[in-house]
Amino acid sequence: MISARNIGVRLGGRAILDDVSLDVAPGEVLALVGPNGAGKSTLLAVLSGDRKPDSGTVTIDGRDVGGIRHGELARLRAVLTQENSVSFPFRVSEVVAMGRSPWAREVESRDDVAVVNEALEVTDVAHLGDRRYTTLSGGEKARVSLARVLAQHTPVVFLDEPTAALDLRHQEDVMRVARTMAQDGRAVVVVLHDLSLAGAYSDRLALIAHGTLDAIGTPSEVLTAERVERVYGLAVDLHDVGGHPVVVPRR
Amino acid sequence: MNHTLRGLTLTLTLAALLLGGVVASAVLGQLPVSPAEVGGSLLRALGIQNEWAPSDSIVESTLWVVRFPRIAMALVVGAALAVAGAVMQAIFGNPLAEPGVVGVSSGAALGAAIAIVVGISALGDGAIALFAFVGGLLATLLVYFVSRANGRTEVVTLLLTGIAVNAFAGAGLAFLLFIADSGSREQIVFWQLGSLNGSRWSEVLIVALVTAVGLTAAIVLARPFDLLALGERNARHLGVNVERLRIVSIVIVALLTGVAVAFVGIIAFVGLVVPHAMRMVIGPAHRALIVASAIGGGVLLVLSDLLARSVVAGGDLPIGLLTSLVGGPFFFYLLFRQRRQSGGWA
Repeated sequence: MISARNIGVRLGGRAILDDVSLDVAPGEVLALVGPNGAGKSTLLAVLSGDRKPDSGTVTIDGRDVGGIRHGELARLRAVLTQENSVSFPFRVSEVVAMGRSPWAREVESRDDVAVVNEALEVTDVAHLGDRRYTTLSGGEKARVSLARVLAQHTPVVFLDEPTAALDLRHQEDVMRVARTMAQDGRAVVVVLHDLSLAGAYSDRLALIAHGTLDAIGTPSEVLTAERVERVYGLAVDLHDVGGHPVVVPRR
Repeated sequence: MNHTLRGLTLTLTLAALLLGGVVASAVLGQLPVSPAEVGGSLLRALGIQNEWAPSDSIVESTLWVVRFPRIAMALVVGAALAVAGAVMQAIFGNPLAEPGVVGVSSGAALGAAIAIVVGISALGDGAIALFAFVGGLLATLLVYFVSRANGRTEVVTLLLTGIAVNAFAGAGLAFLLFIADSGSREQIVFWQLGSLNGSRWSEVLIVALVTAVGLTAAIVLARPFDLLALGERNARHLGVNVERLRIVSIVIVALLTGVAVAFVGIIAFVGLVVPHAMRMVIGPAHRALIVASAIGGGVLLVLSDLLARSVVAGGDLPIGLLTSLVGGPFFFYLLFRQRRQSGGWA
Protein backbone atom coordinates (compact mmCIF):
# COMPACT_ATOMS: atom_id res chain seq x y z
CA MET A 1 0.00 0.00 0.00
CA ILE A 2 2.60 2.59 1.13
CA SER A 3 6.15 2.16 0.12
CA ALA A 4 9.00 4.47 1.18
CA ARG A 5 12.41 4.03 -0.43
CA ASN A 6 15.69 5.60 0.76
CA ILE A 7 14.03 8.65 2.30
CA GLY A 8 16.42 11.46 3.15
CA VAL A 9 15.55 14.88 4.59
CA ARG A 10 18.13 17.56 5.35
CA LEU A 11 17.56 20.75 7.28
CA GLY A 12 20.25 23.39 7.58
CA GLY A 13 22.97 20.95 6.56
CA ARG A 14 21.93 18.38 9.15
CA ALA A 15 20.35 15.05 8.18
CA ILE A 16 16.93 14.78 9.84
CA LEU A 17 16.22 11.50 8.06
CA ASP A 18 18.83 9.35 6.36
CA ASP A 19 18.09 6.46 4.01
CA VAL A 20 14.84 5.26 5.60
CA SER A 21 12.93 2.54 3.72
CA LEU A 22 9.76 0.85 4.90
CA ASP A 23 6.47 -0.58 3.68
CA VAL A 24 3.03 -0.51 5.22
CA ALA A 25 0.49 -3.12 4.16
CA PRO A 26 -3.31 -2.89 4.19
CA GLY A 27 -4.74 -4.34 7.40
CA GLU A 28 -1.77 -3.57 9.62
CA VAL A 29 -0.95 -1.08 12.35
CA LEU A 30 2.62 0.16 12.10
CA ALA A 31 3.87 2.10 15.13
CA LEU A 32 6.66 4.64 14.72
CA VAL A 33 8.58 4.96 17.97
CA GLY A 34 11.83 6.61 19.00
CA PRO A 35 13.29 9.31 21.24
CA ASN A 36 12.33 13.00 20.93
CA GLY A 37 13.90 14.58 17.88
CA ALA A 38 14.64 11.24 16.23
CA GLY A 39 12.65 12.24 13.12
CA LYS A 40 9.33 10.44 13.66
CA SER A 41 7.13 13.43 12.84
CA THR A 42 9.26 14.31 9.82
CA LEU A 43 8.94 10.75 8.56
CA LEU A 44 5.17 10.90 9.05
CA ALA A 45 5.06 14.21 7.14
CA VAL A 46 7.04 12.65 4.28
CA LEU A 47 4.88 9.50 4.17
CA SER A 48 1.64 11.52 4.16
CA GLY A 49 2.82 13.78 1.34
CA ASP A 50 3.05 16.95 3.50
CA ARG A 51 6.73 17.24 2.95
CA LYS A 52 8.80 16.49 -0.11
CA PRO A 53 11.86 14.41 0.81
CA ASP A 54 15.26 15.66 -0.41
CA SER A 55 15.99 12.17 -1.66
CA GLY A 56 14.02 8.95 -2.05
CA THR A 57 10.41 8.26 -3.03
CA VAL A 58 7.08 7.55 -1.36
CA THR A 59 4.36 5.73 -3.26
CA ILE A 60 0.75 4.88 -2.42
CA ASP A 61 -0.50 1.95 -4.49
CA GLY A 62 2.51 2.36 -6.73
CA ARG A 63 1.85 6.06 -7.43
CA ASP A 64 4.24 8.81 -6.38
CA VAL A 65 2.61 10.73 -3.51
CA GLY A 66 3.99 14.06 -4.74
CA GLY A 67 2.22 13.64 -8.08
CA ILE A 68 -1.29 13.09 -6.72
CA ARG A 69 -3.64 16.07 -6.71
CA HIS A 70 -4.83 17.53 -3.38
CA GLY A 71 -8.41 16.32 -3.72
CA GLU A 72 -7.55 12.80 -4.72
CA LEU A 73 -4.84 12.45 -2.08
CA ALA A 74 -7.47 13.40 0.53
CA ARG A 75 -9.49 10.34 -0.54
CA LEU A 76 -6.44 8.10 -0.19
CA ARG A 77 -4.99 9.16 3.14
CA ALA A 78 -6.16 10.92 6.31
CA VAL A 79 -3.87 12.52 8.88
CA LEU A 80 -4.47 13.25 12.55
CA THR A 81 -2.04 16.01 13.47
CA GLN A 82 -0.96 17.05 16.96
CA GLU A 83 -2.27 20.57 16.40
CA ASN A 84 -6.07 20.47 16.42
CA SER A 85 -7.39 23.92 17.26
CA VAL A 86 -10.36 25.28 15.32
CA SER A 87 -10.50 29.02 14.61
CA PHE A 88 -14.25 29.51 14.82
CA PRO A 89 -16.88 28.01 17.13
CA PHE A 90 -18.09 25.21 14.84
CA ARG A 91 -20.25 22.49 16.37
CA VAL A 92 -18.67 19.08 17.00
CA SER A 93 -20.94 17.45 14.42
CA GLU A 94 -19.92 20.08 11.85
CA VAL A 95 -16.21 19.50 12.54
CA VAL A 96 -16.58 15.74 12.09
CA ALA A 97 -18.63 16.28 8.92
CA MET A 98 -15.69 18.29 7.51
CA GLY A 99 -13.95 14.93 7.24
CA ARG A 100 -16.44 14.05 4.51
CA SER A 101 -15.61 17.00 2.27
CA PRO A 102 -13.11 15.12 0.03
CA TRP A 103 -16.03 12.89 -0.99
CA ALA A 104 -18.43 15.76 -1.76
CA ARG A 105 -18.62 15.08 -5.49
CA GLU A 106 -18.32 11.28 -5.30
CA VAL A 107 -21.01 8.61 -4.94
CA GLU A 108 -19.70 7.89 -1.44
CA SER A 109 -21.21 11.19 -0.26
CA ARG A 110 -24.61 9.46 0.05
CA ASP A 111 -23.17 7.71 3.14
CA ASP A 112 -22.12 11.01 4.79
CA VAL A 113 -24.65 10.99 7.63
CA ALA A 114 -24.11 7.33 8.51
CA VAL A 115 -20.30 7.62 8.38
CA VAL A 116 -20.28 10.74 10.56
CA ASN A 117 -22.61 9.19 13.13
CA GLU A 118 -20.54 6.02 13.26
CA ALA A 119 -17.33 8.04 13.73
CA LEU A 120 -18.96 9.97 16.58
CA GLU A 121 -20.03 6.70 18.25
CA VAL A 122 -16.74 4.86 17.86
CA THR A 123 -14.71 7.70 19.38
CA ASP A 124 -17.18 8.16 22.24
CA VAL A 125 -18.10 11.78 21.41
CA ALA A 126 -21.68 11.32 20.13
CA HIS A 127 -23.00 13.07 23.26
CA LEU A 128 -20.95 16.19 22.33
CA GLY A 129 -22.48 16.52 18.83
CA ASP A 130 -24.19 19.88 19.46
CA ARG A 131 -21.41 21.42 21.57
CA ARG A 132 -19.11 24.11 20.17
CA TYR A 133 -15.68 22.63 19.46
CA THR A 134 -13.95 25.64 21.03
CA THR A 135 -15.56 24.88 24.41
CA LEU A 136 -14.26 21.29 24.65
CA SER A 137 -11.49 19.99 26.91
CA GLY A 138 -8.15 18.89 25.42
CA GLY A 139 -9.07 15.21 25.57
CA GLU A 140 -12.46 15.80 23.98
CA LYS A 141 -10.88 17.84 21.17
CA ALA A 142 -8.41 15.01 20.49
CA ARG A 143 -11.23 12.46 20.22
CA VAL A 144 -13.39 14.71 18.02
CA SER A 145 -10.40 15.22 15.71
CA LEU A 146 -9.93 11.46 15.57
CA ALA A 147 -13.61 11.14 14.65
CA ARG A 148 -13.06 13.62 11.81
CA VAL A 149 -10.12 11.56 10.51
CA LEU A 150 -12.21 8.41 10.82
CA ALA A 151 -15.05 10.02 8.86
CA GLN A 152 -12.64 10.76 6.02
CA HIS A 153 -12.74 7.01 5.44
CA THR A 154 -9.45 6.57 3.59
CA PRO A 155 -7.48 3.37 2.91
CA VAL A 156 -4.43 4.89 4.64
CA VAL A 157 -4.52 6.63 8.03
CA PHE A 158 -1.70 8.51 9.75
CA LEU A 159 -2.00 9.30 13.46
CA ASP A 160 0.59 11.60 15.04
CA GLU A 161 0.66 10.96 18.80
CA PRO A 162 -3.10 10.44 19.05
CA THR A 163 -2.92 9.49 22.73
CA ALA A 164 -0.87 12.47 23.94
CA ALA A 165 -3.73 14.42 25.57
CA LEU A 166 -5.74 11.43 26.73
CA ASP A 167 -6.34 9.66 30.04
CA LEU A 168 -5.66 5.95 30.46
CA ARG A 169 -9.06 4.73 29.32
CA HIS A 170 -9.28 6.95 26.27
CA GLN A 171 -5.72 6.01 25.29
CA GLU A 172 -6.82 2.40 25.14
CA ASP A 173 -10.02 3.37 23.30
CA VAL A 174 -8.10 5.29 20.65
CA MET A 175 -5.67 2.44 20.06
CA ARG A 176 -8.60 0.05 19.82
CA VAL A 177 -10.08 2.32 17.14
CA ALA A 178 -6.75 2.13 15.29
CA ARG A 179 -6.91 -1.69 15.45
CA THR A 180 -10.51 -1.71 14.20
CA MET A 181 -9.50 0.44 11.23
CA ALA A 182 -6.75 -2.06 10.40
CA GLN A 183 -9.23 -4.93 10.67
CA ASP A 184 -11.36 -3.10 8.09
CA GLY A 185 -8.41 -3.45 5.72
CA ARG A 186 -6.88 0.01 6.12
CA ALA A 187 -3.18 0.69 6.60
CA VAL A 188 -2.59 2.57 9.87
CA VAL A 189 0.65 4.38 10.75
CA VAL A 190 0.78 5.75 14.28
CA VAL A 191 3.48 7.75 16.05
CA LEU A 192 3.63 6.79 19.73
CA HIS A 193 5.82 7.58 22.71
CA ASP A 194 4.51 4.88 25.01
CA LEU A 195 6.47 1.75 24.04
CA SER A 196 4.17 -0.56 25.98
CA LEU A 197 1.10 0.89 24.23
CA ALA A 198 2.86 0.49 20.88
CA GLY A 199 3.82 -3.06 21.82
CA ALA A 200 0.25 -3.98 22.72
CA TYR A 201 -1.58 -2.56 19.71
CA SER A 202 0.73 -2.60 16.72
CA ASP A 203 1.47 -5.43 14.30
CA ARG A 204 4.89 -4.03 13.59
CA LEU A 205 7.11 -1.46 15.21
CA ALA A 206 9.58 0.84 13.48
CA LEU A 207 12.20 2.24 15.85
CA ILE A 208 13.67 5.52 14.60
CA ALA A 209 16.91 6.79 16.12
CA HIS A 210 19.03 9.73 14.94
CA GLY A 211 17.14 9.91 11.66
CA THR A 212 17.71 6.31 10.69
CA LEU A 213 15.57 3.21 10.88
CA ASP A 214 17.20 1.35 13.78
CA ALA A 215 14.93 -1.68 13.64
CA ILE A 216 11.59 -2.76 12.17
CA GLY A 217 9.62 -5.91 12.99
CA THR A 218 7.11 -7.35 15.42
CA PRO A 219 7.02 -5.68 18.86
CA SER A 220 8.85 -8.54 20.54
CA GLU A 221 11.55 -8.54 17.84
CA VAL A 222 12.19 -4.80 18.10
CA LEU A 223 11.72 -4.20 21.81
CA THR A 224 14.71 -5.83 23.45
CA ALA A 225 16.21 -4.45 26.66
CA GLU A 226 19.57 -4.02 24.97
CA ARG A 227 18.17 -2.03 22.02
CA VAL A 228 15.89 0.23 24.08
CA GLU A 229 18.77 0.99 26.46
CA ARG A 230 21.08 1.84 23.58
CA VAL A 231 18.59 4.04 21.71
CA TYR A 232 17.00 5.83 24.66
CA GLY A 233 20.10 5.87 26.91
CA LEU A 234 18.12 4.48 29.81
CA ALA A 235 18.29 1.10 31.54
CA VAL A 236 14.98 -0.78 31.22
CA ASP A 237 13.40 -4.11 32.14
CA LEU A 238 11.17 -5.92 29.68
CA HIS A 239 8.23 -7.96 30.87
CA ASP A 240 5.86 -10.15 28.95
CA VAL A 241 2.21 -9.50 29.73
CA GLY A 242 -0.21 -11.66 27.76
CA GLY A 243 2.23 -12.02 24.85
CA HIS A 244 2.93 -8.26 24.56
CA PRO A 245 6.21 -6.66 25.65
CA VAL A 246 5.92 -4.13 28.50
CA VAL A 247 8.81 -1.71 28.98
CA VAL A 248 9.57 -0.58 32.53
CA PRO A 249 12.44 1.82 33.26
CA ARG A 250 14.82 0.51 35.91
CA ARG A 251 14.34 2.91 38.81
CA MET B 1 -33.62 27.95 19.38
CA ASN B 2 -32.82 25.53 16.59
CA HIS B 3 -30.79 26.22 13.49
CA THR B 4 -33.53 26.77 10.90
CA LEU B 5 -35.53 28.97 13.24
CA ARG B 6 -32.50 31.16 13.94
CA GLY B 7 -31.82 31.46 10.21
CA LEU B 8 -35.45 32.39 9.54
CA THR B 9 -35.53 34.95 12.36
CA LEU B 10 -32.34 36.54 11.08
CA THR B 11 -33.65 36.67 7.51
CA LEU B 12 -36.90 38.32 8.59
CA THR B 13 -35.14 40.77 10.90
CA LEU B 14 -32.67 41.80 8.20
CA ALA B 15 -35.46 42.14 5.62
CA ALA B 16 -37.49 44.36 7.96
CA LEU B 17 -34.44 46.51 8.83
CA LEU B 18 -33.51 46.75 5.16
CA LEU B 19 -36.98 47.83 4.05
CA GLY B 20 -37.35 50.26 6.98
CA GLY B 21 -33.88 51.72 6.43
CA VAL B 22 -34.33 52.18 2.70
CA VAL B 23 -37.76 53.81 3.02
CA ALA B 24 -36.60 56.06 5.88
CA SER B 25 -33.52 57.09 3.89
CA ALA B 26 -35.66 57.98 0.90
CA VAL B 27 -38.22 59.89 2.97
CA LEU B 28 -36.03 61.86 5.36
CA GLY B 29 -33.95 64.86 4.35
CA GLN B 30 -34.07 68.59 3.67
CA LEU B 31 -36.89 68.02 1.19
CA PRO B 32 -39.55 65.88 2.87
CA VAL B 33 -41.02 63.16 0.67
CA SER B 34 -43.89 60.90 1.74
CA PRO B 35 -43.47 57.09 1.74
CA ALA B 36 -46.37 56.91 -0.74
CA GLU B 37 -44.50 59.17 -3.16
CA VAL B 38 -41.39 56.96 -2.83
CA GLY B 39 -43.40 53.83 -3.60
CA GLY B 40 -45.26 55.55 -6.42
CA SER B 41 -42.06 56.83 -8.01
CA LEU B 42 -40.50 53.35 -7.87
CA LEU B 43 -43.60 51.79 -9.44
CA ARG B 44 -43.63 54.40 -12.19
CA ALA B 45 -39.99 53.62 -12.94
CA LEU B 46 -41.06 50.00 -13.41
CA GLY B 47 -43.62 51.19 -15.96
CA ILE B 48 -46.66 50.96 -13.68
CA GLN B 49 -48.61 54.21 -13.73
CA ASN B 50 -50.17 55.08 -10.37
CA GLU B 51 -51.70 58.02 -8.50
CA TRP B 52 -49.12 58.12 -5.64
CA ALA B 53 -46.23 59.02 -7.91
CA PRO B 54 -44.94 62.54 -7.19
CA SER B 55 -46.11 65.16 -9.70
CA ASP B 56 -43.42 67.62 -8.60
CA SER B 57 -40.33 67.17 -10.74
CA ILE B 58 -38.08 68.45 -7.89
CA VAL B 59 -39.27 65.59 -5.67
CA GLU B 60 -38.76 63.15 -8.53
CA SER B 61 -35.21 64.31 -9.23
CA THR B 62 -34.33 64.49 -5.51
CA LEU B 63 -35.24 60.82 -5.25
CA TRP B 64 -33.55 59.61 -8.44
CA VAL B 65 -30.50 61.85 -8.59
CA VAL B 66 -29.64 62.24 -4.91
CA ARG B 67 -31.27 59.75 -2.58
CA PHE B 68 -31.67 56.49 -4.49
CA PRO B 69 -28.07 56.34 -5.77
CA ARG B 70 -26.87 57.14 -2.26
CA ILE B 71 -29.00 54.32 -0.78
CA ALA B 72 -27.86 51.90 -3.48
CA MET B 73 -24.24 52.88 -2.83
CA ALA B 74 -24.70 52.26 0.91
CA LEU B 75 -26.10 48.79 0.18
CA VAL B 76 -23.34 47.67 -2.18
CA VAL B 77 -20.47 49.22 -0.23
CA GLY B 78 -21.78 47.72 3.02
CA ALA B 79 -22.04 44.32 1.35
CA ALA B 80 -18.54 44.63 -0.15
CA LEU B 81 -16.89 45.60 3.14
CA ALA B 82 -18.70 42.99 5.24
CA VAL B 83 -17.89 40.19 2.79
CA ALA B 84 -14.26 41.37 2.59
CA GLY B 85 -14.15 41.14 6.39
CA ALA B 86 -15.65 37.64 6.47
CA VAL B 87 -13.21 36.39 3.79
CA MET B 88 -10.25 37.99 5.55
CA GLN B 89 -11.19 36.41 8.86
CA ALA B 90 -11.49 33.04 7.12
CA ILE B 91 -8.01 33.12 5.55
CA PHE B 92 -6.35 34.57 8.64
CA GLY B 93 -8.21 32.07 10.84
CA ASN B 94 -8.78 34.99 13.13
CA PRO B 95 -12.02 36.80 13.97
CA LEU B 96 -10.20 40.11 14.48
CA ALA B 97 -8.94 40.49 10.91
CA GLU B 98 -10.64 43.43 9.20
CA PRO B 99 -9.64 45.50 6.14
CA GLY B 100 -9.63 48.75 8.14
CA VAL B 101 -7.82 47.44 11.20
CA VAL B 102 -4.99 45.70 9.38
CA GLY B 103 -4.39 48.57 6.99
CA VAL B 104 -5.89 47.32 3.71
CA SER B 105 -8.29 50.28 3.58
CA SER B 106 -5.52 52.82 4.14
CA GLY B 107 -3.41 51.05 1.52
CA ALA B 108 -6.30 51.45 -0.90
CA ALA B 109 -6.76 55.10 0.13
CA LEU B 110 -3.06 55.73 -0.49
CA GLY B 111 -3.43 54.20 -3.95
CA ALA B 112 -6.44 56.42 -4.66
CA ALA B 113 -4.59 59.50 -3.35
CA ILE B 114 -1.63 58.80 -5.62
CA ALA B 115 -4.01 58.61 -8.57
CA ILE B 116 -5.52 61.97 -7.61
CA VAL B 117 -2.24 63.82 -7.04
CA VAL B 118 -0.46 62.43 -10.07
CA GLY B 119 -3.49 63.43 -12.11
CA ILE B 120 -4.44 60.01 -13.36
CA SER B 121 -7.94 60.59 -12.01
CA ALA B 122 -8.51 62.70 -15.12
CA LEU B 123 -8.75 59.39 -16.98
CA GLY B 124 -11.99 58.68 -15.12
CA ASP B 125 -13.38 56.89 -12.09
CA GLY B 126 -11.96 53.60 -13.27
CA ALA B 127 -8.40 54.83 -12.86
CA ILE B 128 -8.89 55.76 -9.19
CA ALA B 129 -10.60 52.41 -8.56
CA LEU B 130 -7.69 50.58 -10.19
CA PHE B 131 -5.12 52.42 -8.07
CA ALA B 132 -7.18 51.80 -4.93
CA PHE B 133 -7.31 48.10 -5.82
CA VAL B 134 -3.55 47.90 -6.33
CA GLY B 135 -2.91 49.76 -3.05
CA GLY B 136 -5.30 47.44 -1.21
CA LEU B 137 -3.76 44.36 -2.83
CA LEU B 138 -0.21 45.35 -1.85
CA ALA B 139 -1.29 46.07 1.74
CA THR B 140 -3.14 42.74 1.97
CA LEU B 141 -0.17 40.78 0.62
CA LEU B 142 2.19 42.55 3.01
CA VAL B 143 0.03 41.94 6.07
CA TYR B 144 -0.59 38.35 5.07
CA PHE B 145 3.01 37.32 4.58
CA VAL B 146 4.40 39.27 7.51
CA SER B 147 1.89 38.17 10.14
CA ARG B 148 1.60 34.47 9.46
CA ALA B 149 3.49 31.72 11.27
CA ASN B 150 2.83 27.98 11.13
CA GLY B 151 -0.38 28.38 9.20
CA ARG B 152 -2.04 30.70 11.69
CA THR B 153 -2.00 34.35 12.57
CA GLU B 154 -1.56 35.49 16.13
CA VAL B 155 -3.57 38.48 17.25
CA VAL B 156 -0.51 40.41 18.44
CA THR B 157 1.38 39.98 15.18
CA LEU B 158 -1.70 40.81 13.13
CA LEU B 159 -2.43 44.03 15.00
CA LEU B 160 1.21 45.12 15.10
CA THR B 161 1.47 44.56 11.35
CA GLY B 162 -1.71 46.58 10.97
CA ILE B 163 -0.18 49.44 12.99
CA ALA B 164 2.90 49.40 10.78
CA VAL B 165 0.91 49.37 7.52
CA ASN B 166 -1.45 52.09 8.76
CA ALA B 167 1.51 54.22 9.87
CA PHE B 168 3.24 53.87 6.52
CA ALA B 169 0.08 54.55 4.51
CA GLY B 170 -0.68 57.49 6.84
CA ALA B 171 2.75 58.97 6.18
CA GLY B 172 2.25 58.50 2.45
CA LEU B 173 -1.11 60.26 2.60
CA ALA B 174 0.36 63.10 4.66
CA PHE B 175 3.13 63.55 2.12
CA LEU B 176 0.63 63.61 -0.74
CA LEU B 177 -1.47 66.16 1.18
CA PHE B 178 1.67 68.27 1.57
CA ILE B 179 2.59 68.32 -2.11
CA ALA B 180 -0.98 68.40 -3.50
CA ASP B 181 -2.80 71.50 -4.74
CA SER B 182 -5.87 72.57 -2.78
CA GLY B 183 -8.35 70.75 -5.03
CA SER B 184 -6.57 67.40 -4.71
CA ARG B 185 -6.07 68.07 -1.00
CA GLU B 186 -9.81 68.34 -0.47
CA GLN B 187 -10.39 65.11 -2.38
CA ILE B 188 -7.82 63.25 -0.27
CA VAL B 189 -9.32 64.48 2.99
CA PHE B 190 -12.66 63.18 1.73
CA TRP B 191 -11.09 59.76 1.20
CA GLN B 192 -9.75 59.61 4.70
CA LEU B 193 -13.10 60.41 6.29
CA GLY B 194 -15.38 58.37 4.11
CA SER B 195 -18.74 59.63 2.86
CA LEU B 196 -21.57 58.48 0.64
CA ASN B 197 -22.45 62.06 -0.24
CA GLY B 198 -22.75 62.73 -3.96
CA SER B 199 -22.85 59.10 -5.09
CA ARG B 200 -23.68 58.76 -8.77
CA TRP B 201 -25.37 55.89 -10.61
CA SER B 202 -22.28 55.28 -12.76
CA GLU B 203 -20.21 54.79 -9.60
CA VAL B 204 -22.85 52.59 -8.01
CA LEU B 205 -22.78 50.38 -11.10
CA ILE B 206 -19.00 49.80 -10.88
CA VAL B 207 -19.14 48.99 -7.15
CA ALA B 208 -22.18 46.74 -7.67
CA LEU B 209 -20.49 44.76 -10.45
CA VAL B 210 -17.27 44.22 -8.48
CA THR B 211 -19.23 43.34 -5.35
CA ALA B 212 -21.30 40.80 -7.27
CA VAL B 213 -18.14 39.13 -8.58
CA GLY B 214 -16.47 39.11 -5.13
CA LEU B 215 -19.59 37.86 -3.38
CA THR B 216 -20.09 35.04 -5.89
CA ALA B 217 -16.46 33.95 -5.57
CA ALA B 218 -16.69 34.04 -1.77
CA ILE B 219 -19.84 31.89 -1.79
CA VAL B 220 -18.20 29.36 -4.14
CA LEU B 221 -15.23 29.14 -1.75
CA ALA B 222 -17.40 28.82 1.38
CA ARG B 223 -16.61 25.14 1.95
CA PRO B 224 -12.80 25.50 1.71
CA PHE B 225 -13.10 28.48 4.11
CA ASP B 226 -14.84 26.17 6.61
CA LEU B 227 -12.03 23.62 6.30
CA LEU B 228 -9.42 26.34 6.76
CA ALA B 229 -10.76 26.80 10.31
CA LEU B 230 -9.04 23.48 11.11
CA GLY B 231 -5.66 25.07 10.32
CA GLU B 232 -3.75 25.03 7.05
CA ARG B 233 -2.24 21.57 7.41
CA ASN B 234 -5.54 19.92 8.23
CA ALA B 235 -7.27 21.78 5.42
CA ARG B 236 -4.59 20.51 3.04
CA HIS B 237 -5.12 16.95 4.32
CA LEU B 238 -8.78 17.36 3.42
CA GLY B 239 -7.90 18.23 -0.16
CA VAL B 240 -7.87 22.04 -0.08
CA ASN B 241 -5.26 23.66 -2.31
CA VAL B 242 -4.38 26.17 0.42
CA GLU B 243 -1.89 28.20 -1.60
CA ARG B 244 -4.36 28.81 -4.41
CA LEU B 245 -7.21 29.52 -1.98
CA ARG B 246 -5.03 32.15 -0.24
CA ILE B 247 -4.15 33.98 -3.42
CA VAL B 248 -7.72 34.00 -4.74
CA SER B 249 -8.99 35.20 -1.34
CA ILE B 250 -6.44 38.02 -1.16
CA VAL B 251 -7.53 39.21 -4.60
CA ILE B 252 -11.20 39.08 -3.50
CA VAL B 253 -10.46 41.12 -0.36
CA ALA B 254 -8.41 43.67 -2.30
CA LEU B 255 -11.09 43.98 -5.01
CA LEU B 256 -13.96 44.46 -2.57
CA THR B 257 -12.09 46.84 -0.28
CA GLY B 258 -10.41 48.69 -3.14
CA VAL B 259 -13.60 49.42 -5.05
CA ALA B 260 -15.42 50.52 -1.90
CA VAL B 261 -12.60 52.82 -0.79
CA ALA B 262 -12.19 54.22 -4.31
CA PHE B 263 -15.69 55.70 -4.33
CA VAL B 264 -16.65 56.35 -0.73
CA GLY B 265 -13.34 56.50 1.17
CA ILE B 266 -12.37 54.63 4.32
CA ILE B 267 -15.31 53.21 6.21
CA ALA B 268 -13.78 51.09 8.94
CA PHE B 269 -15.10 48.31 11.17
CA VAL B 270 -18.02 47.21 8.95
CA GLY B 271 -16.02 44.09 8.07
CA LEU B 272 -15.42 43.41 11.74
CA VAL B 273 -18.80 44.11 13.32
CA VAL B 274 -21.10 42.57 10.72
CA PRO B 275 -19.57 39.06 10.28
CA HIS B 276 -19.11 38.87 14.03
CA ALA B 277 -22.76 39.63 14.75
CA MET B 278 -23.92 37.20 12.07
CA ARG B 279 -21.66 34.46 13.41
CA MET B 280 -23.19 34.87 16.86
CA VAL B 281 -26.67 34.30 15.43
CA ILE B 282 -26.23 31.64 12.75
CA GLY B 283 -22.86 30.09 13.58
CA PRO B 284 -19.55 30.15 11.70
CA ALA B 285 -20.38 28.03 8.61
CA HIS B 286 -19.24 30.29 5.77
CA ARG B 287 -21.90 29.88 3.09
CA ALA B 288 -24.68 31.29 5.27
CA LEU B 289 -22.27 33.65 7.02
CA ILE B 290 -21.12 35.32 3.80
CA VAL B 291 -24.65 35.76 2.45
CA ALA B 292 -25.90 37.11 5.78
CA SER B 293 -22.87 39.41 6.07
CA ALA B 294 -23.53 40.88 2.62
CA ILE B 295 -27.11 41.74 3.56
CA GLY B 296 -26.20 42.79 7.10
CA GLY B 297 -23.43 45.05 5.81
CA GLY B 298 -25.86 46.77 3.44
CA VAL B 299 -28.39 47.26 6.24
CA LEU B 300 -25.74 48.65 8.61
CA LEU B 301 -24.47 51.20 6.11
CA VAL B 302 -27.95 52.35 5.05
CA LEU B 303 -28.85 52.96 8.69
CA SER B 304 -25.47 54.53 9.49
CA ASP B 305 -25.74 56.86 6.52
CA LEU B 306 -29.26 57.85 7.57
CA LEU B 307 -27.86 58.70 10.99
CA ALA B 308 -24.84 60.47 9.48
CA ARG B 309 -26.98 62.90 7.52
CA SER B 310 -29.70 63.48 10.11
CA VAL B 311 -27.83 63.71 13.43
CA VAL B 312 -26.60 67.24 12.74
CA ALA B 313 -29.37 69.37 11.21
CA GLY B 314 -28.40 70.44 7.70
CA GLY B 315 -24.96 68.84 8.05
CA ASP B 316 -23.58 65.68 6.55
CA LEU B 317 -21.29 63.82 8.97
CA PRO B 318 -18.65 61.60 7.34
CA ILE B 319 -20.00 58.05 7.67
CA GLY B 320 -16.49 56.67 8.29
CA LEU B 321 -16.36 58.76 11.44
CA LEU B 322 -19.63 57.24 12.59
CA THR B 323 -18.72 53.58 11.97
CA SER B 324 -15.38 54.07 13.75
CA LEU B 325 -17.18 55.68 16.68
CA VAL B 326 -19.21 52.49 17.14
CA GLY B 327 -16.61 50.02 15.81
CA GLY B 328 -13.73 51.19 18.01
CA PRO B 329 -15.37 50.29 21.33
CA PHE B 330 -16.73 47.08 19.78
CA PHE B 331 -13.22 46.09 18.74
CA PHE B 332 -12.01 46.80 22.24
CA TYR B 333 -14.77 44.59 23.64
CA LEU B 334 -13.73 41.72 21.30
CA LEU B 335 -10.10 42.03 22.37
CA PHE B 336 -11.10 42.10 26.01
CA ARG B 337 -13.27 39.03 25.61
CA GLN B 338 -10.64 37.11 23.72
CA ARG B 339 -8.07 37.92 26.39
CA ARG B 340 -10.38 36.76 29.14
CA GLN B 341 -11.19 33.52 27.33
CA SER B 342 -7.76 32.48 26.19
CA GLY B 343 -5.79 34.15 28.98
CA GLY B 344 -3.55 35.96 26.51
CA TRP B 345 -3.34 37.88 23.28
CA ALA B 346 -2.28 34.97 21.12
